[in-house]
Amino acid sequence: MAAAVAARSSMGLTLRFSRVIPDCRPCPLYRFKGCVDNTAGSQRTGSFDRLRTINRHLQTSICLSQAEEGSSNAEDPDDVVNVVYIDRSGERIPVKAKVGDNVLYLAHKHGIDLEGACEASLACSTCHVYVNSAHLDKLPEPEEREDDMLDMAPMLQENSRLGCQIILTPDLDGIELTLPKVTRNFYVDGHVPKPH
Amino acid sequence: MRNCRRLLSELKLWTSGRSKWTRGLNGGLGGSGKAFLSTSGCPKVCIVGSGPAGFYTAQHLIKARQDVEVDIYERLPVPFGLVRFGVAPDHPEVKNVINTFTQTAKNSRCSFYGNVNVGKDVTVCELQGAYHAVVLSYGAEGNRRIGVPGEDLPGVYSAKDFVGWYNGLPSCRELKPDLSCETAVILGQGNVALDVARILLSPSDILKKTDITQPALEALAESRVRKVLIVGRRGPMQVACTIKELREMVNLPGTRPEMVTADFEGVSEALKDVPRPRKRLTELLLKMALDAPGDKELERRRNAAKVWGFLFYRSPTEILADPGCSRTAGIRLAVNRLEGSGDAARAVLTGEVEDVSCGLVISSIGYKSLPIDPAVPFDSRRAVVPNSVGRVHQAAGLYCSGWLKTGPTGVIATTMNNSFDTARSLLEDMDSGALDVSAAKPGSQAVSSLLEERGVKPVTFSDWEKIDSLETRRGEARGKPREKLLSVEEMLKAARS
Repeated sequence: MAAAVAARSSMGLTLRFSRVIPDCRPCPLYRFKGCVDNTAGSQRTGSFDRLRTINRHLQTSICLSQAEEGSSNAEDPDDVVNVVYIDRSGERIPVKAKVGDNVLYLAHKHGIDLEGACEASLACSTCHVYVNSAHLDKLPEPEEREDDMLDMAPMLQENSRLGCQIILTPDLDGIELTLPKVTRNFYVDGHVPKPH
Repeated sequence: MRNCRRLLSELKLWTSGRSKWTRGLNGGLGGSGKAFLSTSGCPKVCIVGSGPAGFYTAQHLIKARQDVEVDIYERLPVPFGLVRFGVAPDHPEVKNVINTFTQTAKNSRCSFYGNVNVGKDVTVCELQGAYHAVVLSYGAEGNRRIGVPGEDLPGVYSAKDFVGWYNGLPSCRELKPDLSCETAVILGQGNVALDVARILLSPSDILKKTDITQPALEALAESRVRKVLIVGRRGPMQVACTIKELREMVNLPGTRPEMVTADFEGVSEALKDVPRPRKRLTELLLKMALDAPGDKELERRRNAAKVWGFLFYRSPTEILADPGCSRTAGIRLAVNRLEGSGDAARAVLTGEVEDVSCGLVISSIGYKSLPIDPAVPFDSRRAVVPNSVGRVHQAAGLYCSGWLKTGPTGVIATTMNNSFDTARSLLEDMDSGALDVSAAKPGSQAVSSLLEERGVKPVTFSDWEKIDSLETRRGEARGKPREKLLSVEEMLKAARS
């Protein structure tokens, strides 16, 4: 376990220089994605498309394996991050997670109803969560692509983030993530779609 | 694995067999039999349409109750509706949701029956007889008409058909749009309009790595369209697209934007109090239209061979024909001004008109749901099934979700929430007794025998997987994620191979 963490952070160090805004997320795939985006932001070349595809698969599989590694019995206490999900009925669900876990896949692992339609590829907003104010500032600023997706999220608030973009760090211990209340009354009879 | 699945399907057979048996028992035993059945029969729900609304409704039902059985009926032999036939081919990430839907379809309490046209092969009434509840989620397959003279000229297409053509919708296979003109006009400024503009202008190098159909790819590679004008009745503050799609246009290789600076007068001042999504979207528009481009962007724009632009404050009044009246040569646009502001602003005619030469007009002014069966209430003015949180009015046991319920707006997250809501309504009704699930229903067994009598052979999910693997293999050979089968016949052949 400790070795895995060491491997992650060393990889993080190597890749840190390739990001425009350095931060200390230990998740290697996050850095990889950041680095791909930065190099290819302005033009879409064939190689970018290939990279992006590879990256997507990597991202999904890494996140999945992180979630499946068994965060609930992390051996190193320094590695434990306590997370509370507050589900749509208002129930608090405390979860013991570990550094490097992705909030979307962590939710799946614990049976919490957070969807991830695009599988963390920043193409939907179905994993939208609200972050408690004490921890909101501890998160790195959202990338432009995350902000673009958040703009499509129903019931957007100032503390909205996409769960799939939150990778747990020791700093985030105690973070509270609220699932937006379902839009029960949004589409009752008589709802008029916005004019085009 | 195979054994395990066979076991599951046998188990399913056994369950349906058992319900038939208990039904017989019920007939014989009368009242006391019913009491017995209330514990042994499971609630059976039928979903019509296998797009996002259908699958998300099914997913929620199956997750929320361990005893519900859900059957999804689909007109085509292939599932996933607009995820397959609507989502742009260069948005593969959005199609990842197919993995979630596949999980649902493979649940032992969910079955998929493709190639069944509800309303023709089997009526909604018959479905209601076979199931405790029927959820209609067949979407919006029609399109709103422009309502101007010349609309039916060759060279005028609905975005629905154009999108269906490049995405391999069997009914749009023969569209073969004429792309031999220089200028294309798209009516409407929503995400579908931008998808169409992007596909028309994208370099073939990008498209050939997507699951766009081969005929569309070839036609687009030969296309002579160099300019795309995206026309809206109202102004920059009212565009209906979302920021991701706009950003893709802004960054589209080989193209430069061309905007009318005067259209943006007063826009930055009006931005202060608008909600964040509209604000960020408008800021991007303003930046593109008004800011002096940096050196790199300037260079990019100089080298661009193709042009696109928003044309604001314009309503179409007539599609103009060429002298021989054989095809589209232009469009007459009425100039509007705005009354009011924000989302509620209204376009008012100024009396001025202008003509734009173009050989291609694609109208992207909205999809529209169509009635499926005379037995189902339908509000033809709003083109939705009248409902309260998914409960169809004056039709017990009938529910609706997705665009049929709300009208054709919103992204996948919207449809997801809307479908979960319908599923919740249905579950509430089961719990409260408003929906009687005490009597056993035959479910798919009864429908299967009806279909058999009528010579309809459904496509199961494992049949679909045969189509899927054939398409994937064909795609691999061309360096694409998938090469779609383009006709129902081909699909059925692959399914039955």
